[in-house]
Amino acid sequence: MPGSGLGPDPADELVRTLGTWGLRILLLTLAVSPASRVLRQPRLVRFRRMVGLWAFTYIVLHFIAYLAVLAGFELATIAADVVKRPYITVGFSALLMLIPLAVTSTRGWQRRLGRRWRMLHRLVYPAAVAAWTHLMWLSKGGFMDPFVYGAILILLFGERVAARFRRARRSPSR
Amino acid sequence: MLIRTVADIKPSQITPEHVYRSRRRFMRETLALAGAGVALPATALPAAWLAERAVRPAAPLYETMTSESDATSYNNFYEFGTDKGDPAAHAHEMTIDPWTVEVSGEVAKPGKIGLEDMLAGIDLEERIYRLRCVEAWSMVIPWIGFPVKKVLDKFEPTGNAKYVMFETLHRPSEMRGQRSLFSSIDWPYVEGLRLDEANHPLAIFAVGMYGKLLPKQNGAPIRLVVPWKYGFKSIKSIVSIRLTEARPVNTWNDLQPREYGFYANVNPSVDHPRWSQARERRFPTTLFRPNWIPTRMFNGYDEVAGLYAGMDLSRYY
Repeated sequence: MPGSGLGPDPADELVRTLGTWGLRILLLTLAVSPASRVLRQPRLVRFRRMVGLWAFTYIVLHFIAYLAVLAGFELATIAADVVKRPYITVGFSALLMLIPLAVTSTRGWQRRLGRRWRMLHRLVYPAAVAAWTHLMWLSKGGFMDPFVYGAILILLFGERVAARFRRARRSPSR
Repeated sequence: MLIRTVADIKPSQITPEHVYRSRRRFMRETLALAGAGVALPATALPAAWLAERAVRPAAPLYETMTSESDATSYNNFYEFGTDKGDPAAHAHEMTIDPWTVEVSGEVAKPGKIGLEDMLAGIDLEERIYRLRCVEAWSMVIPWIGFPVKKVLDKFEPTGNAKYVMFETLHRPSEMRGQRSLFSSIDWPYVEGLRLDEANHPLAIFAVGMYGKLLPKQNGAPIRLVVPWKYGFKSIKSIVSIRLTEARPVNTWNDLQPREYGFYANVNPSVDHPRWSQARERRFPTTLFRPNWIPTRMFNGYDEVAGLYAGMDLSRYY
């Protein structure tokens, strides 16, 4: 499509671009808490909801773009894809896991759920792993992107484990 | 196995008459122009012919020719990177002059031979073929080339020759994809055909497209085009042709045997494990018109069916 900047295969390019940015912003969301600890800037956490909602927005747009321009809203094709193609199944499951997190992202829900809110929002970890797996399974031959994003994911998880370990060591002595 | 004669092959199933008539004139003019039939001029082919061909036939959108800009900017050529735009961006780093091809194995006359010598005396023709990628997109491309058989015959395959193995150039200094740490491909890229497949009149070596020399991102200076098979069989920038008795192991089959077979015939009823092969997106596509069309058995080239008589094509995918 001339002028769109999306190249010879605009539908695929659009779906791919939205998906890539969805994953990147999701990783950015996961980076907020570690960054606030490492940089000793607790106020950073205030931005976590906003970044997370942007990630969710991109991932929803990615899904809608897939439905509209790649699958052409053909329900039979879409249903078959979701059931038969593991990379689509796993990507779809990432989206499903993120929906309750977006819904309960408001202060009201935070208050209502109390301690359970934290539990619920740990769903972002399996969702991120599923999103990464989605990318890994659709890659063909070149594995640079899955490698880079996987390394970042491990780093972000590693920091959390380390932080938890430090807290555990500190608390008994208090 | 019966090999069909040239007379059985229709000019092209998708080439409208006025186009293939002009193609014949193109061949005459090119040959007159190019003498031995190899020294294809880099830029100028007969202008009158090009002008005529530029008028797109009134065929349904999905059978019209793919634009040259799409076909030369959207490529799978992992030697230069895995993104579709990488080959167009980086293939210029490959030098193709001089170019030699090594012919070896079960042939009476093996040897290394310069491309010009290899093609001496072979007439060029234009073939407008559908190209169906295993990734479920497709194009219609006017190639310039000649039947594979014409080259193979020059080297006189022996009675033991059952397969043909092809290799792409392996030159990491000029092919950045081959330097990548993240590529799982064991270079060089290898493809293969059964000898009777290679000898089928539809199987060609291409040295040009769209009336010009083959661009590097499309596999210059010489590539295979096997229109009834998925695109990855049509190996690019060939430096080695080896006639063998045993079946060669082709790169994608070696990498993911469940996903990519040796035969790789276009077959809408055998799905790739990760996506359906029942449909394809035909270029040109637009955002709101992905141009999905049904995929046809053997990519619509039914005349090759005889090559696979009695074979279970869901097993030999």
